[in-house]
Amino acid sequence: MNEVIRLVIYLVAIIAFAALNAAYLVWVERKGAGHIQRRIGPKEVGPYGLLQPLADGAKLMSKQILIPRGVDVPLFMIAPVLAMVPAIMSFVTIPFSETLVARDINIGLLMIFAFASVNIMALLLGGWASRNKYAVISATRAVSQNVSYEIPMLITVITIVMISGSMNLNEIVMQQTNILKWYIWPWTGNFLGPISFLLFFTCSLAETNRAPFDLGEAESELIAGFHTEYAGMGFGMFFMGEYANIVIGCSLITILFLGGWQCPFGLFPGIHWFLIKLYALCWTFVWIRWTYPRTTLWGLLNLSWKYLIPISLVNLILTAGLLKVM
Amino acid sequence: MAGYFNELFSGTKSLAIGLRITIKECFKPVVTLQYPHESLVMTPRYRGHIELVGDAETGETKCIVCGMCQRACPSGCITVKGEKREGVKGKVLTVYQLDFTKCSLCGQCVESCKPGAIDFSHEYNLASTRKEDFIFDLVKRLKDKS
Repeated sequence: MNEVIRLVIYLVAIIAFAALNAAYLVWVERKGAGHIQRRIGPKEVGPYGLLQPLADGAKLMSKQILIPRGVDVPLFMIAPVLAMVPAIMSFVTIPFSETLVARDINIGLLMIFAFASVNIMALLLGGWASRNKYAVISATRAVSQNVSYEIPMLITVITIVMISGSMNLNEIVMQQTNILKWYIWPWTGNFLGPISFLLFFTCSLAETNRAPFDLGEAESELIAGFHTEYAGMGFGMFFMGEYANIVIGCSLITILFLGGWQCPFGLFPGIHWFLIKLYALCWTFVWIRWTYPRTTLWGLLNLSWKYLIPISLVNLILTAGLLKVM
Repeated sequence: MAGYFNELFSGTKSLAIGLRITIKECFKPVVTLQYPHESLVMTPRYRGHIELVGDAETGETKCIVCGMCQRACPSGCITVKGEKREGVKGKVLTVYQLDFTKCSLCGQCVESCKPGAIDFSHEYNLASTRKEDFIFDLVKRLKDKS
């Protein structure tokens, strides 16, 4: 019984965490965009516009969910849910601190990547079911992008798993007790070190369909991409899923390379360190979005197949050699 | 092969430069004007809708009701009426109506006015849901002003 109560509490907390993050990352995004362009950003609703996400949420929820003529209704309705659920599910194995983890399973890392690939399914279904040419084009782009970026990402993950010898996220974090033992450094065995970190970072940008890799929803050419036909909360779910995925991506980078909830100096480890690192990375996502223009489709695929995949493979081989020697 | 690595390094370098520029801009002061709360002072040569100019001493209109502005207006948006009064030399202006819905701000009226009785105003807060709000009584406007 205790176990059930514990799971329910975790579930509610995780959904609340994901929703809160989605809401306030949008605020950070808009404020960041504003200041990078020397504007203020939202400022009217509440102090510093802090109540803006609530107003946006209320607006989205009160809107009618339109179902256009000719759409594939079951798929059209399922797609937003499919975008949201895997993102929430991935939070289950993320260790926020040593004890604060919903389910400490041995293949947590694998589970997150399994759920992350379901997310692409949602984009494809949403685009396909919409009966809209822009949505279909966007869905195909998103799929080709995700397929090509999942490869270098997984190869980099294999590198880290080889070093740590575990797929349990909490265990991976526990091995990185201080800043010198973070897996971002070459002397831990990760041969290319920071380069593999950058590589993983780039891949998670692409996997979450963020600028400069937001070809899936290139406003100037595809209206809004795969969620063109979605109104109200249908769109809201896609949006929340997207931001939840950003949080998942940043959490993974934190756990795999930056020592998760461990303190850089080995003092007072805990959830605060996890959140500091997480939000620093989230800010970098925003910063990057408002710095770079969107890449072209061939530029995107070239980057993956000509640079990221070869480099990650080289890193894998060199790391294997280094681990053998060490 | 050298080209491959050159492209990789120069690309990465230019990306880093881009990030440096945006983060610098991020911490510079904001340059936009928060419009409803603050507004700009209009420049002297700003061309809003026309208005009657008062005499510097008396504040009365300089208009002599010659009707040149009404004739010069290509859109026919000006209506000028005057009357003869006992003991006053020339005509006295009674009605000066501007239909701003048709006005294209060409300024022909201002140019044609010999006594210099009309000029451009600095009004730009013009928004309404009713057409009638844009038919201005300029005589009343001049009175309100003085």
